[in-house]
Amino acid sequence: MKKSALFAAICVPAFLAAAPLAAKTLVYCSEGSPENFYPGVNTTGTSFDASTQIYSRVVEFERGGTQVQPGLAEKWDISADGTVYTFHLRKGVKWHSNKNFKPTRDMNADDIVFMFERQWKQDNPFFKVTSPNHSYFDDMGMPKLLKSVEKVDAYTVKVTLNQPEAPFLADLAMEFAAVQSKEYADAMLKAGTPEKIDQEPIGTGPFYLVQYQKDATIRYKAFNEYYGGKAKIDDLVFSITPDASVRWAKLQKGECHVMPYPNPADLDAMKKDPNVTVLEQAGLNVGYLAYNTQKKPFDDVRVRKALNMAMNKKAIVDAVYLSSGVTAKNPIPPSMWSYNDAVKDDPFDPEAAKKLLAEAGYPNGFETDLWAMPVQRPYNPNGKRVAELMQADLAKIGVKAEIKTYEWGEYRKRLQAGESQMGQMGWTGDNGDPDNFLHTLLGCDSAKGVSGSNIAKFCYKPFDDLVTKAKVTSDQKARTELYKQAQVIFKEQAPWFTVAHAVQLKPVRKEVVDFKLSPFGRHTFYGVDIKGK
Amino acid sequence: MPLRLFSIQDMLRFILTRVSLVIPTFIGITLLAFFLIRLVPGDPIETMAGERGIDVARHEQLKKDFGLDKPLIVQYGYYVERVLHGDLGKSIVTRESVLTEFQSLFPATVELAICAIIFALLLGIPAGIVAAVRRNSIFDHGVMGISLTGYSMPIFWWGLILILVFSVQIGWTPVSGRIDVLYYVEPVTGFLLIDTLFTEDEGAFLSALGHLILPTIVLGTQPLATIARMTRSAMLEVLGEDYIRTAKAKGLSRFRVVGLHALRNALIPVVTVIGLQVGVLFTGAILTETIFSWPGIGKWLIEAIFRRDYPVLQGGLLLVGAIVMSVNLIVDLTYGLINPRIRHNR
Repeated sequence: MKKSALFAAICVPAFLAAAPLAAKTLVYCSEGSPENFYPGVNTTGTSFDASTQIYSRVVEFERGGTQVQPGLAEKWDISADGTVYTFHLRKGVKWHSNKNFKPTRDMNADDIVFMFERQWKQDNPFFKVTSPNHSYFDDMGMPKLLKSVEKVDAYTVKVTLNQPEAPFLADLAMEFAAVQSKEYADAMLKAGTPEKIDQEPIGTGPFYLVQYQKDATIRYKAFNEYYGGKAKIDDLVFSITPDASVRWAKLQKGECHVMPYPNPADLDAMKKDPNVTVLEQAGLNVGYLAYNTQKKPFDDVRVRKALNMAMNKKAIVDAVYLSSGVTAKNPIPPSMWSYNDAVKDDPFDPEAAKKLLAEAGYPNGFETDLWAMPVQRPYNPNGKRVAELMQADLAKIGVKAEIKTYEWGEYRKRLQAGESQMGQMGWTGDNGDPDNFLHTLLGCDSAKGVSGSNIAKFCYKPFDDLVTKAKVTSDQKARTELYKQAQVIFKEQAPWFTVAHAVQLKPVRKEVVDFKLSPFGRHTFYGVDIKGK
Repeated sequence: MPLRLFSIQDMLRFILTRVSLVIPTFIGITLLAFFLIRLVPGDPIETMAGERGIDVARHEQLKKDFGLDKPLIVQYGYYVERVLHGDLGKSIVTRESVLTEFQSLFPATVELAICAIIFALLLGIPAGIVAAVRRNSIFDHGVMGISLTGYSMPIFWWGLILILVFSVQIGWTPVSGRIDVLYYVEPVTGFLLIDTLFTEDEGAFLSALGHLILPTIVLGTQPLATIARMTRSAMLEVLGEDYIRTAKAKGLSRFRVVGLHALRNALIPVVTVIGLQVGVLFTGAILTETIFSWPGIGKWLIEAIFRRDYPVLQGGLLLVGAIVMSVNLIVDLTYGLINPRIRHNR
């Protein structure tokens, strides 16, 4: 038996070799190689894109949106106090197979428990495999939040939390919560190669991995037994192409169908190309300038307000973001539920700014630093240029800002430690929940210490009370109200100068049918079809 | 001048001298590879944490797990000890062994480099000869002008221009990659031109060949320019020698004079230059591979710098350094074989 399996393993690739792929092949020109195929330890979109095709999660985000819908769990119950989640799993969900492993059972509660424990329990044999840094699991507060995860029966899992946490479901739809096969993990552990489960992944997702050639291609095939039905395309190929101009050349020639991250300079040509459509969507992100509210003179709200009025936001966005950004007035993007459109942005009014500054005791302005982001990000395509424009505007009201910058890692570390007076930063949403912006970036919890994401060190009780309450309320309507109020307080207190929300631009060839932009910036190909093949 | 036959002793002494130079160079490479990357701000753990940053306590814990908390000199000691045992470590990012990753990517770079050097030799040597023979002609000036341009052209610019013209506008060549994604070739040797021959599918081989054209030209341009200029000046020197005049006076055909008497002697400096081009090819490969999405070690090393993947960078540089040194050593030795004067120069 073993011999024949070995023979098959050797022969099958030989027969497959150079066989042209089946009819419907979609080629995606991805921007880089994934770190591995285990999203639990990854933080980059590049790695998530590569693994999201393979795995399923307990719950899923709807395609192209942020609403949570059933995934491996068909339905779930939440206890009245919001601390106990009981997930009822789908039956008959099949696992992929590969040359090292043939599954003997369907997905069940053991796999869900394994997903949690691998990232949670340090004594789990897989905790340290590939990397002990379960970045998102930790950042979403899981270790503190989880009280217990129990298998009730083969298809029921009960998760008990230490306190109610409304965004918990949305967290479970995130990439880090991808469900791996416990049976495969056990088999690989026994074989002495536990890391294989992250390099040659087995999932229950719509595509299975056929071959990964580092820096060249990732090949997937549609999984016929996917619980949601087979994908419309037969083959999916990631053609790894790091250079944006080269990606565009490939798209023009039809060597790929979808490409991420176009060069802004190429956009005009892309929009004119008859074979290409450029899809657009305001992303789940925000670019901002944070005032360090614990340092003088920014501990005075009048100073922060004055500076907000002194800088010409529209001019900055027009000059630097071109067509890839819209001005921001709230800390959360307009595509997110609970966005408060009634909030009025601070007007651009240098005279009023000067007056307010005088009131605060700075009639002649003051000197400050202004930290410019050293890297390019969609929410801030050119930190230095943005800083220069801000500097020029501030000079007009007598504020002398000295532009500073550091290497990215160092920059982030120092900002989080509260070293700056004014610093540029940005955020891309993780789970589509307003909590992920308002509490994570502006709550008191993350203002403490030297590594929190709240770089304005903004800790204002009325605001914090609202976002903390919203965090433990299950009713979405009530939460919406709380977040809307929080946005009003945010504007009054002005811990940030909100700059822009980046617009996601995705050039796609015309023959691609029903490709949906993900607000999270993911590229998923289940449900996508190709015309004329 | 009577030709003095070399003794085995001479040859051995020559080899030993050259090999003994390799050891300090090797130590130098380990030192450079180890300390230079650590001068770059940030560390692999921070880079892995990405946008989100990392908790200080967890950062310290992970540093400990990866052995990055020890004093640098101790880390270096461990590193050298492991290298001496043949262990280059595992990539911090992918957890694959550095050697395995190198082995899977190296053939792509070698394939490209061999094609580039063949391209440079096939065009460079004849161009240099003709330019020398027809000194000061339009052809001479043309060749020298073009080679100077070729030498000065930034690789990334040259690559993009070729892609725009030949792939996008005219449509003769594919844009990037090693083979059309429609062909699924299992790597056997890692050299696609060979692997595709095993598949008995003509299309696959032609596709691989087509994908090699532009990267070969881009990577081969600088060596081509150097070789052409070197051949020209070496030929000019030789063509002025007495024995060439004698050969001409004997009534030998121009082909024999240039092709046999002059070229053989002129080739000595050219061979040295070819040896030195190995280093140039590896440097050029870094950019060429990035532009053409060529899955070789150049791209791999660049990525390792961005991700602060210390083991990959150290191991990769060491292996590349070893290869460059070996090739140069071989060149030195063959050079000694060709020219006894060098062997006896002590």
